[in-house]
Amino acid sequence: MLFKTITKENLRTFITNIIKENQTFAPVVVSTDADNNPIYQFKKVDSFEEIKINYTKSYSSIKNFFLPYKEDLSTFHFNENGWEQKINYRVNPRVLFGVRACDINALIKLDQVLMKGSFPHPYYIARRKNTFIIGLDHEPMADCFCQSLDTNEVVHGFDIFLTDIGPKYFMLINSSKAFNLLKNITIEEVKEEDRENYIKEKNRLASLFKSHVDVTGMANLMDIEFESSVWQKWGDKCLSCGSCAMVCPTCYCYTVCEKINLSLKTASKEKMLYSCNLIDFAEVAGGHNFRPKSSDRLKYRYYHQHRGFVESFDESKCVGCNRCQKACPADINPVEVLRDLRKENIK
Amino acid sequence: MEFSGIPLKKLRAAFFDFTSCEGCQLQILNHEKNLPDFLSLIEIVNFREISSDKRDDYEIAFIEGAVSRKDQIDRLKDIRKKAKLVVSLGTCACYGGVNAIKNNFSIESMVDEVYKENKPETIPVQKISEIISVDLEIPGCPVSKIELEYIILCLALGSVIEKKKYPVCIECKQNMNHCFIDKGSLCFGAITRAGCDSICVNGGLPCYGCRGPSASVNWMSLKNILIDKGITEEEILEKLSLFNSLNEVIKDEN
Ligand code: SF4
Ligand code: SF4
Ligand code: SF4
Ligand code: SF4
Ligand code: SF4
Repeated sequence: MLFKTITKENLRTFITNIIKENQTFAPVVVSTDADNNPIYQFKKVDSFEEIKINYTKSYSSIKNFFLPYKEDLSTFHFNENGWEQKINYRVNPRVLFGVRACDINALIKLDQVLMKGSFPHPYYIARRKNTFIIGLDHEPMADCFCQSLDTNEVVHGFDIFLTDIGPKYFMLINSSKAFNLLKNITIEEVKEEDRENYIKEKNRLASLFKSHVDVTGMANLMDIEFESSVWQKWGDKCLSCGSCAMVCPTCYCYTVCEKINLSLKTASKEKMLYSCNLIDFAEVAGGHNFRPKSSDRLKYRYYHQHRGFVESFDESKCVGCNRCQKACPADINPVEVLRDLRKENIK
Repeated sequence: MEFSGIPLKKLRAAFFDFTSCEGCQLQILNHEKNLPDFLSLIEIVNFREISSDKRDDYEIAFIEGAVSRKDQIDRLKDIRKKAKLVVSLGTCACYGGVNAIKNNFSIESMVDEVYKENKPETIPVQKISEIISVDLEIPGCPVSKIELEYIILCLALGSVIEKKKYPVCIECKQNMNHCFIDKGSLCFGAITRAGCDSICVNGGLPCYGCRGPSASVNWMSLKNILIDKGITEEEILEKLSLFNSLNEVIKDEN
């Protein structure tokens, strides 16, 4: 890793050049919520001016640049001799600008499963390798609890990461690609006052977190509280709509279906992201459903976050972005669910 | 016609309209790019909107619309006798649809309101399955052409028709919409069966549930959520009854 600084003016030039030459996606306003707060999404941008650099968080996570909601795993072309199968991993290189630390850490968690796991997912790997990530520090929102999950800082998983330290950005350069791209831009060595400002800013950002949850020993607690009435309480509210998993930066469950084209000449195998909250997630051939109750399905969602993933990778799967609550029509709040489980809400 | 070396028989299909806006029939002719392939899978023997030729040797009868007149009952029963497979096409046929709003009022007051003279004979609106047995229901106001293509393909291939069990919210997220409920507005997407690609929300309108309930409905929770947003129970129930398609979700409320 290299540490440099870049002035705001030079960053603007740098990003403007990137946008000119690459497909670049960055946060823009797409809607407003009930309290008139803007809702942001990563969209393709054509100029630096379109980018909402001080955005809060994107409504959907950036995982969909790596795990699209729907993708063709392969296509089949029927002919006299049977069929020919075509598989396409190719993706055009693209840039994501403005990615938050928790979202980069979420990608690292997905890397564990989809790149470094026993069954690497070539489609994911191709997208990951062809995506240049420029991260950006920010003041946490009132509901961000990534600090509790140790995901408010990044040490890898990105190309460039920027922290605003007043007139300039403190810059982490984490790839040779990034280094080469920066060759034509004036960047500066880190001076003593920059280091001071950086640490001060980091401390200030860390002190702003309002939402906390203690996840130590959560994996055991989940087993101990398997029959807890907490699951019924939240399960009664849950609509089993799957929105939480759709927007969650680390949910990667999917379903696969085969589709025959109307022409009867081609077919495809399509992958679609799915959610453990959906009614038929644990339904098997013959129609038996292992989790017909919505409270059980909700419980298993938390199990994967704080028990299953911990068993495999020694850390929670959740990065504390709280997107699941924002997207949840029933306002189901992961911090409150976990606190309930710890009996912290019982006075 | 063959698939992967296996010969297939073209199915003889007929389309009939009852009380409806004919929007579902029009949908059959939409998605023009796929129309030649679509029409190569079926032989249409009776379809007023495209041809005056009429034959009675159909295997599949697609019924659009609900029943709202006595003479329609005999016509339906006659179709049932002739068809091997009867399909309710669209929300009117499956649930009564918008027409069923009429059932909230007395027949006389309705007729008096709408017609000054030549008052017609009319009966309360009924869905097709209240009159004859129905083999397959394809709800939607209007039906989704993409879904209809899939179903016709399954029928031609003799393969299982998979009904989506999850709600519209999944498609809504796929389309990256911002949720109406987060905006403080009403939406029934969370209790409505997917398959329309959340077309209403994509276009800026909430889901009023025309496709009927999804496989897992938590009405009490959704109702409480909407009331919390400041929407009155009266408005919720009024919107819920728009298509007559979600009535069953409130059945066990009391
Ligand atoms: S099991 Fe549930 S929590 Fe785990 S990745 Fe799948 S959808 Fe997400
Ligand atoms: S579970 Fe919720 S808070 Fe945790 S990473 Fe997923 S969306 Fe964010
Ligand atoms: S978004 Fe909320 S209501 Fe929907 S499945 Fe997730 S927890 Fe349940
Ligand atoms: S807008 Fe409606 S369909 Fe979309 S996520 Fe919200 S409740 Fe579901
Ligand atoms: S979004 Fe809802 S109302 Fe609109 S077509 Fe789909 S199911 Fe029907």
